[in-house]
Amino acid sequence: MSELLLPPEHRYAKIMKEKLNDDGSELSILNLGPTHPATHGIFQNILLMDGERILEAEPTIGYIHRAFEKIAENRPFYQITPLTDRMNYCSSPINNMGWWMTLEKLLDIEVPKRAQYLRVIVMELARISDHLICNSILGVDTGAFTGFLYVFQFREKVYEIYEEICGARLTTNMGRIGGFERDWSPEAFRKLDLFLEEFPVAWKEFENLFVRNRIFMDRTINVGAITAEEAISYGFTGPNLRAAGVDYDVRVAQPYSSYEDFDFIVPVGKSGDTYDRFCVRNAEVWESLSIIRQALAKMPAGNEYHAEVPDYYLPPKEDVYTSMESLIYHFKIVMGEVPVPVAEIYHPVEGGNGELGFYLVTDGSRTPYRLHFRRPCFIYYQAYPDMIKGALLSDAIVILSSLNVIAGELDA
Amino acid sequence: MALENTVIQDKLTETFGENVFHFNQEKDIFSFEITADKITAVILFLKNDPILRFNFLTDLCAIHYPDNEVDRQITMVYHMHNWYDNKRVKIKAFINGDKPEIKTICNIFKSANWMERETYDFYGVDFIGHPQLKRILNMDEMVSFPMRKEFPLEDGGRTDKDDRFFGRTIDNC
Repeated sequence: MSELLLPPEHRYAKIMKEKLNDDGSELSILNLGPTHPATHGIFQNILLMDGERILEAEPTIGYIHRAFEKIAENRPFYQITPLTDRMNYCSSPINNMGWWMTLEKLLDIEVPKRAQYLRVIVMELARISDHLICNSILGVDTGAFTGFLYVFQFREKVYEIYEEICGARLTTNMGRIGGFERDWSPEAFRKLDLFLEEFPVAWKEFENLFVRNRIFMDRTINVGAITAEEAISYGFTGPNLRAAGVDYDVRVAQPYSSYEDFDFIVPVGKSGDTYDRFCVRNAEVWESLSIIRQALAKMPAGNEYHAEVPDYYLPPKEDVYTSMESLIYHFKIVMGEVPVPVAEIYHPVEGGNGELGFYLVTDGSRTPYRLHFRRPCFIYYQAYPDMIKGALLSDAIVILSSLNVIAGELDA
Repeated sequence: MALENTVIQDKLTETFGENVFHFNQEKDIFSFEITADKITAVILFLKNDPILRFNFLTDLCAIHYPDNEVDRQITMVYHMHNWYDNKRVKIKAFINGDKPEIKTICNIFKSANWMERETYDFYGVDFIGHPQLKRILNMDEMVSFPMRKEFPLEDGGRTDKDDRFFGRTIDNC
């Protein structure tokens, strides 16, 4: 039977042939994925199993590899945001803003306070929608569908806010160099206020449904635990690392976009198991809500939403039709004809899953010479075979969803 | 107490002498170059030294410079981060473009395993001592290393995207 799955020279095939249990039972091979409803994305793992226990796993990735780094080397800078959207598509605005901030660091552009606060709001909304999906899907995988359906409508509310800000929902392509493409509409703020009013109630109910739920605790505590040392060695960042007890958060370590103005705690877990990952994400949602409230309260007056950088920021369309200078700027920006210094930049932001880094090398031309994305999912997913060693098959599913591996970010 | 650039520089020069050079502060990252055969020693030293304590390998990637002399055509770039003092460094090692080889560091940081596989996949860099150096994102049957500059993304005959039409060269920007 296993010949259908594996070539006979495969390591697992040999192990199967050689190793027989004392009671005469055989080892078996299970192909998990690449497309299975329980894997939430395109992940393939070939599992070597003894009964229901996983002895070894061999992951294969790259099923949705789209060569973003190569494409980016052939595109003007402002055309690269749509690529970043498609990495962690559960929290696209964080990727977008991370990319703009990389460029702003390259070009030494100071973004006005108000635009920075607006960015913080939208990034925290993205973090909420990211964690909301991860935690509720974890619920689905442990058998609790209700919570998922209940909170999922609030992701829709978040997407409606994105829609008011930039017109798009999932792959947002939001913002420009120096700020946003337009000011936020009053409707966006109204929807945000409504969200801040309704969502905490639902999230509290969701939390109550899970946190002290006996079944959920039995399914998740001590499942897929990873020690802090292992997690650091495997390059974990973000909630998965913090669940292991390390309080590393880029927002605190290297504040960007005025995160230093806000008062928030970095929730940490202790044992690095699935339950701790759930609880850390849960607590982070509360912190994100608090950051959004603080940002709204501290928001500077006025309607400034972008920096005055005519070399990089598209002029208003009506000026393009009426004034010569605007037309020139418009043409130069659209053709990618903007002055870019020769430099090397590394800019990290705290993405939904950890440190999302942009390593940009420019040679003064209209495209990056090299752009490398440090994708947190790609780096920590390599720990997965170790984490599921000795676990049950059903635990493997739960561990995978608690790691929140997003296929788009994994494969770039 | 923050970790000063000079401390890092002094410690490295003391230990590795002329194998470590070109120290400079690039924007917010302190960076330097090393000779490629010292890579494992330098990374291990940065990680284990009681003062430097660069405990985290943030990123590892390669850059291809086809116009350089052949021994300096591929650059390996390592980003390390000291979480205690919150200090980042960037380490560069230049290697041969025709036969790129460098020692693996995945016995020091487990995270380097897939990052090195990715670099192999796209640039063909042979990481000596890597336990499972095979393609990771591209399919196994592929023969080329697609991120190298000799592989154009678009049809090479296309002229409408040529920089010359905009009066721009690398020197005039």
